[in-house]
Parts: sequence; C-alpha cells; structure tokens
Amino acid sequence: MAQVSDKPKFVTKGEIKVPPIRDLTDSREGIAPGHRLCTGCVAGIILRQMFMAAEAAGYTLVIANATGCVEVCTSIYPHTSWKVPWIHNAFENAAATISGVEAAYKALKRKGMLPSDKKVKFVALGGDGGTYDIGFQSLSGALERGHDFIYVCYDNEAYMNTGIQRSSATPRHAATTTQPAGKVIPGKPQPKKWMPEIAAAHGIPYVAQAAPSHFNDFMRKFIKALNTKGPSYLNVFCTCPRGWRAKEEEGILISRLAVETNYWPLFEVEDGKWKINYKPKERKPIEEFLKKQGRFKHMFKPGNEYLIKELQEDVDKRWERLLKLEQL
Amino acid sequence: MAVTMIEERKVVPYSGNMAAAEALRQINPDVVAAYPITPQTEMMHFFADFVANGLVDTEFITVESEHSALSAVVGAAAAGARAMTATAGPGLALMWEILGVASGMRLPAVIALVNRALSSPINIHGDHSDMMGARDQGWIILVSENAEEEYDNLIQAVKIAEDERVRLPVMVGMDGFIISHSIEGVSLLKDEEVREFVGKQRMFHPLLDVEHPTTHGAIAMSDSYMEFKRQQREAMMNAYKVIREVGEEFAALRGKKYEHIEAYKTEDAEYILIVMGSAAGTAKYVVDRMRERGEKVGIIKIRTFRPFPYYDLADAIVASNAKAIGVMDRAETFGGYSGPLFEEVCTALYTRNKFYPIAGLIYGLGGRDCNINHIEEAFDVVKKKAAGEEVPPVTYLNLQV
Repeated sequence: MAQVSDKPKFVTKGEIKVPPIRDLTDSREGIAPGHRLCTGCVAGIILRQMFMAAEAAGYTLVIANATGCVEVCTSIYPHTSWKVPWIHNAFENAAATISGVEAAYKALKRKGMLPSDKKVKFVALGGDGGTYDIGFQSLSGALERGHDFIYVCYDNEAYMNTGIQRSSATPRHAATTTQPAGKVIPGKPQPKKWMPEIAAAHGIPYVAQAAPSHFNDFMRKFIKALNTKGPSYLNVFCTCPRGWRAKEEEGILISRLAVETNYWPLFEVEDGKWKINYKPKERKPIEEFLKKQGRFKHMFKPGNEYLIKELQEDVDKRWERLLKLEQL
Repeated sequence: MAVTMIEERKVVPYSGNMAAAEALRQINPDVVAAYPITPQTEMMHFFADFVANGLVDTEFITVESEHSALSAVVGAAAAGARAMTATAGPGLALMWEILGVASGMRLPAVIALVNRALSSPINIHGDHSDMMGARDQGWIILVSENAEEEYDNLIQAVKIAEDERVRLPVMVGMDGFIISHSIEGVSLLKDEEVREFVGKQRMFHPLLDVEHPTTHGAIAMSDSYMEFKRQQREAMMNAYKVIREVGEEFAALRGKKYEHIEAYKTEDAEYILIVMGSAAGTAKYVVDRMRERGEKVGIIKIRTFRPFPYYDLADAIVASNAKAIGVMDRAETFGGYSGPLFEEVCTALYTRNKFYPIAGLIYGLGGRDCNINHIEEAFDVVKKKAAGEEVPPVTYLNLQV
C-alpha cells in the first residue's frame, strides 16, 4: 500500500472535560526536575500542563523542539530532562522535523514495525523566534501538508535565549536589546504579528490561543488538539522574568493580567469557526499589565503617555477584530 | 510489501534520473522528502509516480523547501526509518546547515545528488560546486561516472550509511544533465536482489521506541563537543573500510567491482589525469585513442570523494611511470592555488613523500562542454609540465576569451 492521505479533520465533538487538577498532579512528569530553565520561567509550567493533559487523555508525546530556551535548558549533554522521545534538529525546522517523524511513524506502522495499540501524538515545540520568524516557512509547509501534529508556540515575545532581541512577536514599544528604548526611537516601532490568524488561514482543523494562568482552558485546548486528526496550532502566553524585567514570582499574575486587559485574548478556531473563550466583564486598562514589567518602563515617563495609548489601540483593535471574527 | 516489477536482470535505455529513481523504488525507503529543483526534478517525477501507483511503501513528503526536505529526513531517520532525499546545486546549498546536523547525529540518510552549479550567475547545468560546498559537513560522498554507476552507488550507499561502524549519511553525485538527462544503457538488478542486498535496516535507539525514550540532538558544551567530532572522524575512517567491503559484496552480486578509485591504463603511463564524474568516461575514450598513437597516458577516476582515498590514489600514482599529473576540477576554489581536487591530490602524494609536477585544470563549470579535444588539451598541459615548461597553477579548459 502506498501512502494514504488522511484528510485532516476536527474529531472532538462536545466539550472536553479536564480532570480535577488535584488528580492530575500525580500524573507522570514528561520533564524531569533539575533542568536549567530560569527561576520563574513559565515555559516549564506550560510543559507540565501539556504533559498533565496528555496523561489525562492517554497520549504519549513525541516532541521535536526548535532551538531556544527550552531546548538549551533541557538537553545539555550528557544529561537530558526528557522522559519522552525528544528530538532537536535546528532553529527553524521543528515543524519539518516532526513531519519526518510523523511520516516515519505512518510508514513503520504500516509495515508492522511499530506496535499499533499506542496513542502517540507528535508535538513541535518552539519559542516565538522559532515560530513567528525563522521557523515560519517550515511551520507553514507542515500545516499545509496536514501532518497529524500539534505545534505549540511558547510565546515570550522576543529572542530571550540569545539576549532579548526583538522578534516579530514583540509588542509595539517594548524595549529589547536590538530595539532599545532610546531618545529617538522608543522601543519596537511595529505592532506584534498576529500568528494565530495566520495559522488559521491555513485552513487547519484547530487553532487556539491560551495562557498558563488559565490552566483549565489551556489543558482543555491541548486535549482538543490531541484528539484532532491533522495539524493544530496553539499559541501560548509565556512570561519571561529575565527578558521582561519582571518579578520571578509574578509570571502567572502577569499572565492573568494579560488576559484581563485583553492583551492576550483566549480564543479557539475549530474548523474555521472562531470563538472567544473568555470575555472580561470589565476590561482592565493596559497599564496594569505594563507596569509589572521593566520592558515597558519607559512608557510611563512623562511625555510618553502616547506610547501607552498606541499600545492600548493595538490591543483594542485586535479585540474588535476578534469579535468580528466570532460573528462569521 | 511493494510489488515486484523487475524479475529478471535487464539492460534498459535510461537517463541518470530514471536510473536513480529505479534504485529508489527497489530500495523502497520508508520516507522520501523532496523539493523540486532542476535537474533533479525528473527523478522525483518518476518516484512520485511509483508512490501514486503503489509501487513503493514510501511516505513521500512533498516539502516546501530543500531545507525542510533534509529536516524531515533527519526526523524520519532518527525515528528509525530508512529515509532519503534528492537535490541539486542551490538545493544542496539550502540544506547545508542540516547536512551537519544529519552527520553529527550519526543518521544514515541518503541524498541522490544531481550536481549543479551555484549562483551567481544562476546556472542550472552540471558542475561540482555544490558537492564541494558540502565537502566538510561529515557526509560520505560518492561520485558517479554514468547512470549505471549512480544506480549502483545509490544501492551501496544505503548499506554503507547503515553499517553500525559508520552510521553516517551518504550523498551520491552525478553530473547534472550530462548524466541525469542523457539516455544510455543501464543494467538493472532484479528487485529481489536489491531488496536482499540492502536488507532490513537495523534501528539504532529509534525515537519512536516510546517505551525507551531517547533524546536526539542534544546540546554539547565545550567539555564534550570535540569528543563527538573525534568520533565522526573515526566513523569516516571506518567508512573507508566499509565502502571497500560493500563494493566487494556488490561485485559478487553484480560482477562489477567498485573501489575508491579506478586506475585506467596507468601502470606504464607517463602522463596521468585525475578526473571525477562524467568526464572520466570521456577521458577513458581519449586515453584509448592516444594509446593507439603510442602515447603513454592514463587516468585515475575518483569514486569516493569523502572519505578521500589518499593512500589508494598515492599508491596508484607511485606504481605508474608518471612524469607529471594533471588534476581536472569541475569546481573553483577561489583564492586557492588550484581546484579543490588538486589540493587533495597534493596531500595524497605527500602521504608517500612523493613529488610530481602537477598541473591544475579547471573545466566544465556551469555545464561548459568538455569533449575529447579538451581532454587532449589537458594532456598537452601535463606534458608541458613534465618537460619543465612554465605552466600556470590553473589552466581553464574550453574558456572562450
């Protein structure tokens, strides 16, 4: 038998129920303690939530990791933090690598060289640099080809591992080392690229945006992606205490503020249908999110009020667009 | 199991691309990922047809770039699959970063390479610039003289790559258009023979063994990076032996032996040309013709470019009566003394503490014609060199100025 193309489809019908978190805390860890992620790094929390969801849904994950914080902090030879099959290839090709792994899985299973009773799911994992920028082409290709995998972007809005350089995920006016807040240019001039809509435009079965502060929502979305045949794309908010000049213990608080200010709306796109998962009763002003972080410090200097206003405009514009998309 | 198409050995009129595609069909890899690029495209057309008609069991990934093609092949090979791709010129250049990943991870992947020039100016025709650019990325490099050799080399490549003493990827080059698109007689093996020869791949800590999870492609700091590289060097040294062994095993099947080099009429030769790729065929013809005129000439064809057969080459030269040598390079190395092959030949002679006058000859760039006249011209330069005449470090053959 030659290759059979499986039409990607969204197979999860009805609501996904995430087991109580206290039951999940006993689940097997996919990542061992002793990794080298920074204190307060939220990427580690995202990984644990991913593994808890996978355990709850009965899946074993096989991960392809793009070069980035998570990769360098978990795989320093001769040690590894990974208790699941894990591969790192290069910066820009996590999606292409997982395409190869998934294709190999199909071929070997067909030839009877792999057990067929396992629920295995393929995950490509990358930061925003490896996703929005250098890995964009490889990701787009893999989404278009319809491989059965989940792409998880932990979006910390800059090239954190290489020294906090701007990426296309960096929000307008944030200070980074390649676009610092100077006397003439006050941080990054361009607004943040909106990756989830680009992913959705590929017509893939499932796209979602999530935040680790809203862990039930994130885990529910990850389980949906697990149960989806074909590609899913998850954009996950990931605070970075080092790059954001934020307090180590405030990662989840900042994540919550990002959602409450509409800076990071929670939504999902199932088979092209947009749905906002959380609408704050009273949207908090963006300042509440900004003031917790040193990367926005310059925006609070007298005479710079316009910077906050402009970023608020970006946030409001995106929210309005989301509301319209939901009406479609 | 893929169906059997060729039940009896036969000679067919095939182009290099057809022969390579046929080899791929008979090998029946688990995963092939490819992106179209001239002059490789045709090979993948044939292969896509095999996939579409169920003649192979292969998962065929039609990627969006060569970079992703090799990236997917790395993923598939690490997963435990037999994985292959095909490319040419700029495509190989785009794969460059991942070439090192594949060899550093010790993955037995195979590239069917159709040698093509690199930009700029853009040129789709054959030369060895692409392969020379990939020279130091830890791949075993075999070079084919004609379509049948490309077919034979690809079948051997699988076995060489997967040998546990080696575990290195292999690329098999053939000159773009000159071999890839020219029809010639190609003797095919039976499907069954090829299947038996390549055997079943032995998985080596496959990623897909989820019960025994492994980490592939870890980061190595300065305390261990060099040890990995040292092991790659060792694997290349092993490959030198293994290529020979596989060549002998193949000879038993085929009745045609493949060695690292092929010395053609060199025993008593006074003037020797060292050639790689399709020009070797033309050069053999020229040698025959010149020998009829009583001229003592010979050629040495390089089949294994990496690991480079320094001792085989040096011994073959020392065993001859060479007064001078000419090295034909189908690639430039700008700022170097002559071409890249030239430097390897000098090194080879150094291993035996021998000195010969050597003339550097650069030819055929971007598919520029290299016919019998140009080979004769090359021998003229070598004779001049032998006579002690002044010869420039590089003579461009068939240059239109």
